[in-house]
Amino acid sequence: MSTTTTPPSTGTVGVQPAPSGRGRSGKQGSSVGDVAVSGFSHLFLLVWGAMVVLPLLWVVMSSFKTDAEIIKNPLSMIPDGLHWDNFSRAWSNGHFTDVFLDTVIIVGGGVFFTMLLGSMAAYVLARYEFPGNRIIYYLFLAGLTLPVYMAAVPLYKGIDNMGRIVPFLGHNQYVMLILVYVAWSLSFTVFFMHSFFRTLPSTVAEAGLVDGCSHSTLFFRVMLPMAKPGLISIGIFNVIGQWNQWYLPVLLMQPQSGEDKKAPIAQALIDLSVNQGYRSDWSGMFAGLTMAMLPVLAVYIIFQRQVQAGLTGSITK
Amino acid sequence: MRHGKARFVTSFLFLPVLLYVFYVLWPYAQDIGYSLTNWGGYSDTQEFVGLDNYVRLVKDELIRKAFWHSVFFLVTVPVFTIALALLFAFLLNVGGRGSRAGVRGVWGSHVYKVVFFFPQVLSLVLVAIMWQAIYRGDEQGLLNGLLMKIGLVDPEKPLQFVADPSPFLGVPTVLWWLLLIAVWGGTGFYMVLFSAAMQSIPKDIFEAATLDGATRVKTFFRITLPLLRDSVSVAWVYLGFIALDMYALVYVMTPSQGGPDHASEVFASVINFTAFNKGQFGYACAIAVALGIFTLLLAAVQLRVTRRERIEY
Repeated sequence: MSTTTTPPSTGTVGVQPAPSGRGRSGKQGSSVGDVAVSGFSHLFLLVWGAMVVLPLLWVVMSSFKTDAEIIKNPLSMIPDGLHWDNFSRAWSNGHFTDVFLDTVIIVGGGVFFTMLLGSMAAYVLARYEFPGNRIIYYLFLAGLTLPVYMAAVPLYKGIDNMGRIVPFLGHNQYVMLILVYVAWSLSFTVFFMHSFFRTLPSTVAEAGLVDGCSHSTLFFRVMLPMAKPGLISIGIFNVIGQWNQWYLPVLLMQPQSGEDKKAPIAQALIDLSVNQGYRSDWSGMFAGLTMAMLPVLAVYIIFQRQVQAGLTGSITK
Repeated sequence: MRHGKARFVTSFLFLPVLLYVFYVLWPYAQDIGYSLTNWGGYSDTQEFVGLDNYVRLVKDELIRKAFWHSVFFLVTVPVFTIALALLFAFLLNVGGRGSRAGVRGVWGSHVYKVVFFFPQVLSLVLVAIMWQAIYRGDEQGLLNGLLMKIGLVDPEKPLQFVADPSPFLGVPTVLWWLLLIAVWGGTGFYMVLFSAAMQSIPKDIFEAATLDGATRVKTFFRITLPLLRDSVSVAWVYLGFIALDMYALVYVMTPSQGGPDHASEVFASVINFTAFNKGQFGYACAIAVALGIFTLLLAAVQLRVTRRERIEY
């Protein structure tokens, strides 16, 4: 799959400054055409931009309306007033305090251990010769293509059995879900970091070993810091992927009798809209969506350059 | 330098490999074993039935539907997404003012990129719930409401969107509406990808073409597109996987998660329904194995088609 020449660290997406080259000799000839092309471009781009933004904006605006206003005037983009009570109602009905806490615990733990274990495995596989190296690497690659839905039944049953022996590895447990997230994120992380570690110069590693540092010191003190651009790319990829993961929690986080439900955000949203939740409470539903949406968009807008480069960089590897 | 190497390698690989084997590879392997039994799931009796499940699978009407729906998404999602993304990347980079067809952004191209990318960072579930509100089957929905206002839809007969199983161009209408969401969500991402690739093409190539009298459109088809081949291949491979991943939309949006009247079944929805509603774990595993074979064949085809010598520049 490594078919492009763009390494992830150079996947910059900013606007390139226009080259000022050899003057603008062709200007008179084509300026009318240029204006037309430019206008035409903007027209198309604006239409699509509106198609992306308007639905999101409509959700945010609707979250400030009363239910009566939503029914009477569903399309209006400007609410009569700012009904903040929608948010407090949605927050408490949706148990958002618990949901955000659960999500942070699960995604935080999941991403941290994915990065740690993934880069450890990738490093060893990329830079050490030993029997079985290729086999292990290809086993990790095998997980890239097969969809998670395939594993649904055995995974469900396996977690069930495991929970009878070791309670915190059973259904509806943080530790279990974190381990499952890590396992399912390893394929891509190993694949990506493997190619990254291969590009690091081996002279540095040799110098470190000659100076007497151990293999693990070399990894944590020298090689890992050198792989920082790669770690950022794959880190962003994993944060977004695990934050948005919905199938594994729906499958594995069903509360056993009498337990509290521990639901990360995507699962909580499904519960709210599909199962019970905001039935006929439209303003509450829009407020819930807005609260789930705005933090992510805000973080994205702040780190847009890194996020775009990270996501596009990780797939073109 | 060699001392302790074996111990180091083992200690670094032990945990990742253990987790991966236990939670990923072992379930895949178990699929094959279970698929040869008549395991009911909630009881522990499993009898070996040989290939019975697979014989049943070949004749199963539902699987056939799921298969064709997956094929539909496999063709349409990449085609529409890549076409739109290429168009926008082209407009963004070459549509700018300036005499040369070189790579320069239109005014505000940075803002466009940021905005077009929005759906990519939102979770698929959130996107699905939002579109559920947009697709409401009465005048409350954004689309129905808008279309009624401009008179394209009769208020007596609003569009039913994802609750509409009737065929459109031979494919259930609900699938077309789900396709629209997938294309809406994916285009921005691939536009950013293609745009970055376009900017890495050296400018002298464009200058040479312009000197030779090539028009913008000609430059695009003769130079830009061939040089983007690698990026387009990557996009096609990934969109193929996304097309198999439409289950999130089906799960959240469609009636009885695969309906109406099984018009939006995909492999994953059939597996889930067979296993957790009908309680036929053995048969569900056979479907899972079929999905696995389908995916591997697809990956093989994609690798074969996209493998080609790369152009160095």
